[in-house]
Order: sequence, then structure tokens, then C-alpha cells
Amino acid sequence: MRPTTLASQSALLNPAVLYTTLLVLGLVAPFTLYPTFLMKVLCFALFASAFNLLLGFAGLLSFGHAAFLGSAGYVCGLMMRDVGVTPELGILAGTVVAGLMGWLFGTLAIRRTGIYFAMITLALAQMVYFLVLQIKATGGEDGLQGVPRGHLFGLIDLSNNMAMYYTVYAVFCLGFFIIYRTIHSPFGQILKAIRENEPRAISLGYDVDKFKLLAFAISAALSGTAGATKTLVFQLASLSDVHWHMSGEVVLMTLLGGLGTILGPAVGGATIVTIENQLAESVGSWVTVIMGAIFVACVLLFRRGIVGEIQALLKRAGMQ
Amino acid sequence: MSDFILETVDLTKEFKGFAAVSDVNLKIRRGHIHALIGPNGAGKTTVFNLLTKFLPPTRGTIRFEGKDITHEAPAATARRGLVRSFQISATFPHLTVMENVRIGLQRKLGTAFHFWRSDKSLDVLNDRAMALLEDVDLAGFADTVTGEMPYGRKRALEIATTLALEPTMMLLDEPTQGMGQEDIARVVDLIRKVSANRTILMVEHNLSVVANLCDRITVLQRGSMLAEGSYDEVSKNPQVLEAYVGSDDMADAHH
Ligand SMILES: Nc1ncnc2c1ncn2[C@@H]1O[C@H](COP(=O)(O)OP(=O)(O)OP(=O)(O)O)[C@@H](O)[C@H]1O
Ligand SMILES: [Mg+2]
Repeated sequence: MRPTTLASQSALLNPAVLYTTLLVLGLVAPFTLYPTFLMKVLCFALFASAFNLLLGFAGLLSFGHAAFLGSAGYVCGLMMRDVGVTPELGILAGTVVAGLMGWLFGTLAIRRTGIYFAMITLALAQMVYFLVLQIKATGGEDGLQGVPRGHLFGLIDLSNNMAMYYTVYAVFCLGFFIIYRTIHSPFGQILKAIRENEPRAISLGYDVDKFKLLAFAISAALSGTAGATKTLVFQLASLSDVHWHMSGEVVLMTLLGGLGTILGPAVGGATIVTIENQLAESVGSWVTVIMGAIFVACVLLFRRGIVGEIQALLKRAGMQ
Repeated sequence: MSDFILETVDLTKEFKGFAAVSDVNLKIRRGHIHALIGPNGAGKTTVFNLLTKFLPPTRGTIRFEGKDITHEAPAATARRGLVRSFQISATFPHLTVMENVRIGLQRKLGTAFHFWRSDKSLDVLNDRAMALLEDVDLAGFADTVTGEMPYGRKRALEIATTLALEPTMMLLDEPTQGMGQEDIARVVDLIRKVSANRTILMVEHNLSVVANLCDRITVLQRGSMLAEGSYDEVSKNPQVLEAYVGSDDMADAHH
């Protein structure tokens, strides 16, 4: 029962055509671009999409999502290196631990709103950061090194970069589908209602805190999936992934791509990773300044983000 | 079962020492349309917030269908069948009109937490939602994005969404506020229609609406109950007349 606008009739905006095109692009991409770069893009695209599920669809600004990305990376790394499990189990372990952490963070933070919610998540994430820094097993400042990629299901050797790429791609597609499904589910409908008018949702009998908590846990778990996968790719769980910088960066990715749009955060994640990759060598630490400038431009000039602005343009074109 | 569906005993709410509601003893008879009137700032909305648990009372108890609900969570009270509307129209502006009503219907499906299920599974609610929209003359707007509708229509949608819960008792906070004559007539008819088999407590400034709709009236002034009775009794009460003299409400009421 969705309204069909003129714009959505144009071929590119037809979801089936659009998603099929993107799916094929993802399959052929490693033949023209560096697989390692692409894998990094996919990990951050998934991370930002998971973050957007919380901010864009539940209206909750977490400033502690690095804790889920980073911790899952360490859990996966330790499981792979020291326990010797297969990669899919490593990723699963990271996902489950991040989901449980999300449940815990959420339970503590969800009764607060706005800035207080953000501050509690930040404080909890900082505690995780210091724990990771202090514990011996996590390698302190050096991070967790020498993580083997292992054999997927005990069969496929992931030290082959192409095999690794398609594994990451499959993980991304699955994670993205879970997010897409969550947004377009009965649960997603209630989440949108809460975001639009929380008192009204309460007055209709919904225990809004429970819905927010589930959204938080799903978002944290999938952030963990991204972090665990990233550890496999780089064979390293890095301290910077638990640092609050990372919590800020995912906000930037989401805003840049388009808050509350489905593809936006993935686009934003890809854009930021690309910019960082291109600029890291030529401008060094000025990259931080450039990121700051992008952030300001984003908030002041195009609040809808890349995908949001494109959608608005197409809509306007469609109406004429 | 008691004749009174909702009772309060010494219900009091203080904000930093200021008593917005003090010692209110309401008794709402089952099946009645009961009005809560009073000048601006009398505490009417605060009473609604207390009854629906959006605010905790400083003192006093609330009994709904014989059960003490004073310390219940607001969503739990709603699920019990005591459902409110808001003074400022409360819809989900970016959802379609149909989706708004479905939010009200959805809880009964028991799938509200099912994040793995497609939202197409909600289409089974469409017939019921459409019937509710027809009841409030909104069938033609089903696919409209709610925020794009005129104000009067939004208020009608709010009532349809509330009705989706099949509440035993509805609390309406100024359902005709900001409406023209035509919309007011429509809403009055609507309230009369939906009052069959349920109890309604409504805040209303428009006294002609109160006069021809309500069975019983409670007058609130500076947080306290000033009078209670039928419209004829209350409108002859000298204290009530005095409270309304010179106030804008009385002027409004005689439009
Ligand atoms: N959350 C709050 N904190 C402090 N004071 C409040 C709060 N809510 C209401 N009040 C005060 O309590 C008094 C009663 O307010 P309330 O909104 O209940 O009045 P009302 O009868 O609904 O008025 P109106 O006809 O204007 O809607 C007012 O003086 C108001 O300023
Ligand atoms: Mg009021």
C-alpha cells in the first residue's frame, strides 16, 4: 500500500533494478579495483548501515559504536589466532559478543534521551577502550597482531584475496539484508512510529524502551559483524577501532551519505574510506582537517546527505 | 462491578511546590461522555497526564475498572483500554494515513518485535484499517502522507488510530481546538458515534459542544474541583459563572 510517486517509476529508482545493478557491480568490482580497498569499504559500509539503523530509524544517537566494532574485532582475532576456530565462527563470535554488549549498553542508556544518551554510550565505550588497552591478551597499543584468515568452513583458503573478497561481500550482503528487512518489518514500523512521535506510540500501548533496546542490540551486533570481518581482512585487531574517533567517524559517514536513507550510510562509508585512502599519502595528518570541513559542509549545506539529496532531486524532477 | 469505570482519590500533582492539580476526586460513570472544563492553566491536561501515567502523581490514587493503576507504566495502562489523545494533534507525520491506523492495530497481531518478518505481513490489517478510516471519512486519504493533510483531518485520523485499540475508555484533550464550524460538527458527530459502548472523558473549551454532547461535567479551577454536575446544574452555579467571567474561554464558548 505504498504511494507510487512519479519518481519511483523511473527505472533507476525502481528498487529491484537498483539493487540488482549494485549486486552485480559488487561481484565484478574486484576485477578493476584493489580487493583490499574494496573490503575495507564494505566493512565500513556495513558499520555505517548498522549505525544508521539506530540513529536514522530509532532516532538514537550513540556515541559509543566504536566499542562494538572494535571489541568484535578483538574477539574474532583471539578466537582465530588463539582458539583456532574457522573464520565464520570467528565472525559469529564477534557478532554475538557485540550484540550482548549492545544489550548491556542499551539497558543502561536507553532511559535517557538526547545528549545524555550519547554521553552514557560514550562513557561506556571509553571504559571498553581502557580495558582493551590494559588487558595483556589484546596487545595494548600494538593491537592484536598475526591473526590468520583461516579456511572458510574449513574448506576455502581465505589467504587468497579473491576468496576473502567474496566472503566479505557475502557477509556485507547478508548484514545489509538484515538491516533492510528490519527497517521493512512490523518491528521497523513501530520503530518509525516511535521516532516520529514517542508519546503517541506509548499511548498506543507500546513499551518504547523495549523497541529501542532491540534496535540497539541489532545495531551493535551488526557493527560487530563489520568489525570482526575487518579483523580477518587485515589480520589485525587495531586499537583505533575501539577509539572514540571511530565513534565520531561513523556519525560522519552516516550524515554524509544520508541519515535515515537505506543506501546512504553505505555510500557515506565508501566515500570517507576512499577520501582517506587517497589523501593519507599526499596530505598526511591534514586529512583530519579535511574530514572536519566535510562534516561542517554536510551539516550546513546539504543536510540530507548524498543519497538524500539525490532522492530529493529525482523526486523534484519526477514531479515536473 | 462498580458503576464508575474510573475513580481518583485525592489526586494531586505538584511542580516544585506549585499545585497544578490538587485533591481531585473524579468519578466517571461507565458509558458516559464526561467533560472536564476550566480556564487555561486549570490543570486539565495535567489530569490527563496523571490518568494515563505520563506523569507520576505527588499523591492520591487512580482506579480503573476497580484496579489500582496508580503506579502502572503508561503503555500498560493503554493496553488495559484507557487510551488518550493529545492536545496537540498526535499523528505519525511521515507515515501514510493507512500506516498510522495500522500502528494502532498492529499490537494485536503479536508480531511487533518480529524484525525478520516482511512488513507485507501487515497487509492483513488493511481491511480493518480501511473500515476505521471510513468511519471517520478518511478512506479517500488512505495513501496520503499524514503530514500533508489539513489539521481537522489529522484530528479525525487520531481518533481512528485510537479506536483501532478498541479502548473501553477514551480521553480526548480538546478534540475540536483550532477547528472551523464544519470540522467541529464533524468531530462532534464522530464522538457521539464512537461513544456507543464506551466511556469518554474529554477536555473541551467550546461550551456549546459540551452542552449538546456531554452527560456530566467537572469544572476545574487552579487545580481544584470547583463543581460537578449536569450542564444545567453547572452552568447555573454562581462560582462557575464567576470563574468564567472575563475569561477568554467564556467568549470562545459562545461562538
Ligand atoms: N511539566 C510541568 N512543569 C511545570 N509546570 C507545569 C508542567 N505542566 C503543566 N504545568 C503547569 O500546571 C498548570 C496546569 O497546566 P495544564 O496544562 O494542565 O492546564 P490546562 O488546564 O490543560 O490548560 P489549557 O486549557 O491551556 O490547555 C499550568 O500553570 C502549567 O504551567
Ligand atoms: Mg491543556
